[in-house]
Amino acid sequence: MQSSNKGKNYQTILILIAIVYFTFILLIPVVTLIFEAFHKGFQPFLDSLQSVEFQEALKLTLIITAITLPLNTIFGLSAAWIIARNQFRGRALLLSIIDVPFSISPVVAGLMLVLLYGKNSWLGGILASVGIKIIFALPGMVLATMFVTLPFVAREIIPVLEEIGPQEEEAARILGASDWQIFWRVTIPNIRWGLLYGLLLTNARAMGEFGAVSVVSGSILGQTATLPIFVEQTYKNYQTEAAFSAAAILALLGLLTLIGKEFLERRVDN
Amino acid sequence: MLIKNVSNPDLKFTDKLPKFNVNWLIIISYLTLILIFPSAALITKSFSLGPEEFWRIATSKIAISAYNVTFFTALFAAAINGVMGTLIAWVLVRYDFPGKKIIDGAIDLPFALPTSVAGLVLATVYSNQGILGKFFGIFGVKIAFTRLGVFVAMLFISLPFIVRTLQPVLQEMEREVEEAAACLGANEFQTFTKVILPPLIPPILTGVALGFSRAVGEYGSVVLVASNIPFQDLIAPVLVFQYLEEYNYAGATVIGTILLLFALISLLGINLLQQWSRRYAIQ
Repeated sequence: MQSSNKGKNYQTILILIAIVYFTFILLIPVVTLIFEAFHKGFQPFLDSLQSVEFQEALKLTLIITAITLPLNTIFGLSAAWIIARNQFRGRALLLSIIDVPFSISPVVAGLMLVLLYGKNSWLGGILASVGIKIIFALPGMVLATMFVTLPFVAREIIPVLEEIGPQEEEAARILGASDWQIFWRVTIPNIRWGLLYGLLLTNARAMGEFGAVSVVSGSILGQTATLPIFVEQTYKNYQTEAAFSAAAILALLGLLTLIGKEFLERRVDN
Repeated sequence: MLIKNVSNPDLKFTDKLPKFNVNWLIIISYLTLILIFPSAALITKSFSLGPEEFWRIATSKIAISAYNVTFFTALFAAAINGVMGTLIAWVLVRYDFPGKKIIDGAIDLPFALPTSVAGLVLATVYSNQGILGKFFGIFGVKIAFTRLGVFVAMLFISLPFIVRTLQPVLQEMEREVEEAAACLGANEFQTFTKVILPPLIPPILTGVALGFSRAVGEYGSVVLVASNIPFQDLIAPVLVFQYLEEYNYAGATVIGTILLLFALISLLGINLLQQWSRRYAIQ
């Protein structure tokens, strides 16, 4: 009896420590974010979303995401297919290469793009002479976003494809289906939840990426500022209201991502 | 049975690459454009500086102080989260309490929140006027715009790595072993240090390494919560950014290359740690 009481005490203390730490590190910051965005009421929040700078930032973020998402999906599907359905020398290496963007600092990713396509590089010089601007323009920001989101789709689909195995696809082939039919009718339905999960993560990162995009963007409000950059720039300009309004929108996106994740994780596990 | 065996890809290992098709074309061109060319640009630029110049910039006073702030603060944050993350994962897996679902779901928030938003919020909360800034101000501790601010940002972003690495391992642990230890007369402390902890060491280290690696490369949240003054709280990724703003491409390249090398080494280390974890898991 005594020892089980002691066990209970342990338990309570551990739970309390966990809750206190969680409160300090995560909860108070998030509550503050919501408070700061809405403490003057809903109208000022809506007003700051009406500004031209915010609208442009939102538009730019959506454009970048709309370009990145399909390209990344095509790459992710191809890479997952090759890795999960084949055994070849260098398979582990290919897998590691796909993982590299996860461990590289976003600033270094941006730096690489500046060195490759910037004004001072030979490639940037050639492109500039035909009137193509990559750095401090949309193409550079898209490339930076593609860099940081590269692993997501592939990473999520590979385990799903491996688990399903190729039997159903081979059965379809024996029954006379073409590659395209197999892909759309057999593979895609089988991996749909994993694919959605990968898309969800890619989408969240594409809309939320700050470091890499910031390096190649030039961060001009109303021109080359995405939503996360808008948050930084308005904060630096002491436009706290605008910063927190945009931050609240991005936090909402994060929240939706977490809810979607929870939902999809259950599907993937089944 | 025979057909199944033949169709199992694991059994027909070939030395040759799979036949070249459109998938390979997509992978190779995508990786080349997004990853390989940019990396090559950084490495070429590094080599073009020559070893002496590279060494001079890499070991300049400002760079050394930036490594110092980055690596030690990140290590410290990852270590603290190694303990606290383990505790949180343990509590989430083993106990039931009100609010557990919320904590479990919200642990991933630092993954889902853009880093500039995290930085904005942390800078506000821990500033002199912020709620936690006031609280720590009572003890005379300033957090925002000091090195402690960097530390708090790194705590924030590295926490989910440890919790999420550990949770599945804890879920699969068999409680019978602990009961057996108790039956054999072990007290709770002995059960913890001799039975529970040893198999958790590899996943804890993996989580800490993941968190550490992420914290070293972190830019967004730190740049907002720190004052970014050299020799005080300037971290290496912010230094790269500042060099780029000053058009000091040589400086940015050298510090960037060092961060890249660190990233590759930590990737290797994490892979080794994961293999170690897996070996433990099978036993």
